[in-house]
Amino acid sequence: MTDTSINNQATTGTGTGDAEFGDYFALLKPRVMSLVVFTALVGLLAAPVDVHPVIGFASILFIALGGGASGALNMWWDADIDRIMKRTRNRPIPAGRVSEGEALSFGAFLAAFSIVMLGLAANLVAAAILAFTIFFYVVIYTMWLKRWTPQNIVIGGAAGAFPPMIGWAVATGGISVESVLMFTLIFMWTPPHFWALALFMKSDYHEARVPMLTVTHGRRATRLHILVYTILLVSVAIGTGFTAIGGPVYLTVALLLNALFLKGAFDIWRRNEAQAEGDGYRAEKKLFALSLVYLFGHFGAILAESTLGQFGMGGW
Amino acid sequence: MAIKVEHELHKRRLGRNIGLGLVLVGFVALVFGLTVVKVERGDFSANPPRAEGGE
Repeated sequence: MTDTSINNQATTGTGTGDAEFGDYFALLKPRVMSLVVFTALVGLLAAPVDVHPVIGFASILFIALGGGASGALNMWWDADIDRIMKRTRNRPIPAGRVSEGEALSFGAFLAAFSIVMLGLAANLVAAAILAFTIFFYVVIYTMWLKRWTPQNIVIGGAAGAFPPMIGWAVATGGISVESVLMFTLIFMWTPPHFWALALFMKSDYHEARVPMLTVTHGRRATRLHILVYTILLVSVAIGTGFTAIGGPVYLTVALLLNALFLKGAFDIWRRNEAQAEGDGYRAEKKLFALSLVYLFGHFGAILAESTLGQFGMGGW
Repeated sequence: MAIKVEHELHKRRLGRNIGLGLVLVGFVALVFGLTVVKVERGDFSANPPRAEGGE
């Protein structure tokens, strides 16, 4: 086999695996990883125990690698539906730049490596939560729930909610009310975030036969679910403001962002499909964009409270 | 006949090898840094370090 034939196979999607370095990086889902890094870092810095910068840096890196390993294993398992959906068609496996076997080996190795290294760099509790997170995302969400139930996003969202708990565990060696609250904040945020996306990416999930709520229960029910979950989310987000990781800065940010998010969810609930199609799903896209600002805003505020606390100003 | 680098594939492989090399160098530096910190603190088992003479 010549180099040229290898290259031809790669471009026709047979997956020879002669990929660029960037293709392996893409397997780690860098955008999801940025959320993992940020929330884990906030969990680590908000904890009431100081962490040596080198240990903190190494721990965040291994948490990110663990998250990336989950992404690679998710892409390996979901390669068949990634080939169908427009949004995912250009990922390394469906595009034929990385083979499925390579993605599996890469993901499995990184998963084991990141867990062991986090255990050595920080502690066993953090490593155990990271191991459970990878297991939950790959086995519970990707292999089981995603193609089976419209509640896939609700339960599967837990996987994305663990990173701040891992960061907190790196610092404290344990779990506490505050770290569970940070978990709950992301857990409750995930459904409205993904359902807003599903409303304007409707044909993608339908064609791939992924039982998103929009496909199984219809778009009216999805709009109602977004509103109900947003109301629950608001209570968690505001309530967190009165705990040890909250404070005046957090509460101000939370009140503003939750008012906007609630209004966005209400606007989506009030609309019907004809109105949404009429303006190109403007409200749905707006809520999806706002949801990203929402999460970064809340965790940024927790970080700000923690930083102010170093100077005797943060918290209540 | 001399072997020539004439295909785009070789550039991709070079990029991949350089990338992997940098990752390995970074990993060695990280383990070195971790070792120095843990030796200085005299605690090799876990973070947070146990308090000396702790309860």
